[in-house]
Amino acid sequence: MSKSYMIKVEKLNKSFGDLHVLKDIDITVKESDVVCLIGASGSGKSTLLRCLNFLELKDSGNIIFEGEKVENETHDLNKVREKVGMVFQHFHLFPHMTVLENVMEAPLHVKKLPKDQVKKDAQDLLKKVGLSDKENVYPSKLSGGQKQRVAIARALAMKPDIMLFDEPTSALDPELVGEVLSTMKELALEGMTMVVVTHEMGFAREVADWAVYMHDGRIVEVGHPEDLFNNPKEQRTKNFLDSVL
Amino acid sequence: MDLFTKFMDTYPVFLKGMLLTFQLTIVSVFIAIFIGLFFAFLKISKVKVLEWIADIYIFLVRGTPLVVQIFIFYFGLTALDISQFWSVVLGLAFHNGAYIAEIFRGSIQSIDKGQMEAGRSLGMTAGLAMRRIILPQAFRRAMPPLGNQFIIALKDSSLASFIGMYELFNVATTYGSNEYDYMSYLLIVAVYYLVLVLIFSILVNVIEKRMASSD
Repeated sequence: MSKSYMIKVEKLNKSFGDLHVLKDIDITVKESDVVCLIGASGSGKSTLLRCLNFLELKDSGNIIFEGEKVENETHDLNKVREKVGMVFQHFHLFPHMTVLENVMEAPLHVKKLPKDQVKKDAQDLLKKVGLSDKENVYPSKLSGGQKQRVAIARALAMKPDIMLFDEPTSALDPELVGEVLSTMKELALEGMTMVVVTHEMGFAREVADWAVYMHDGRIVEVGHPEDLFNNPKEQRTKNFLDSVL
Repeated sequence: MDLFTKFMDTYPVFLKGMLLTFQLTIVSVFIAIFIGLFFAFLKISKVKVLEWIADIYIFLVRGTPLVVQIFIFYFGLTALDISQFWSVVLGLAFHNGAYIAEIFRGSIQSIDKGQMEAGRSLGMTAGLAMRRIILPQAFRRAMPPLGNQFIIALKDSSLASFIGMYELFNVATTYGSNEYDYMSYLLIVAVYYLVLVLIFSILVNVIEKRMASSD
């Protein structure tokens, strides 16, 4: 299959009250792309990510997902969200369910797939993220890194076409960041389309096909991570990179 | 006649009263949970009219004595011809429903917003996420105050004596007045209530422990 557009965003605008958070955002994510969104906090990168799976609804502009223009009112956003996996900064695992139940929940109750199959898939996914031995454990007993890997498995269980990561390692102790990043790396190598909001410049450099620098609700600069990090064209990008690298 | 002899002489009648008290409480609390859940949903619906309806209900219940509410069902709504038992049950359910609504509202709203978002991000409808993700956690958090409310309902069921039902309190006062010895029978009935409350507390504790197995 040739590389096709997965998500195309045109002139996206979003405000919270008087606060204009996203200003005329244009961005296109192709199949198997790994895109890193970088920028200071408050630059709108998380909001942009949340617009991509309609946890925040756009005020104006177009979001075209797999060739279809998605309108807030007319579209079944739940159906779209089934194909868009999301991983949160604070994991948001379901605390009243075991690890295995967390991963099985959506395929079982949203897709209504047969339990045997769902269980087998969930076990395979947990094996993939290296947590087979934690199947029957409740999330409260896991470390942050383990929680985030379960969250990734939970999102993958819906067999999404694209995965969104909202600062997946920001809430982790430094020594736990690596295990989550390596899981994500593996996913990228398998060809998963990914949009990642991150402060991990090393990860962006190593894994991303291109990086997007956002500032004050606008996309300032887009480029291959090597180019963007080594030779930023915009002064604002340079300032930001100087402050974080 | 000492207290113990009185206790032994009267326990068959008291046990009958205790059974009635127990029935009144269980049935009314059962109904009150559904009433409470219903009005809790109205309160969090973000639809102004529905919120007002819930607010008015809670205002009416909290602003009037329970005994008045029970009398309205029994002596007031004569056209409906509600039995003694159901007048008390409906009165208690109507009354406790308001408090339980606030308990549920609080516990639902106390669940991290991220839980709903995580559910939605997996393709769940708001209703499914509420049912599968939010409510199980909210129920668990509501158990301690809910247990309190059950105990309040149990003790409030003594108001059934005002419309002539022979539950625990009425049995005690009847013996008291017949034998010109209120004190003995009030002490005896206090023991029955304490035992009932103890049983309830243990029950609530067991449920709480079960639900908290994931912690």
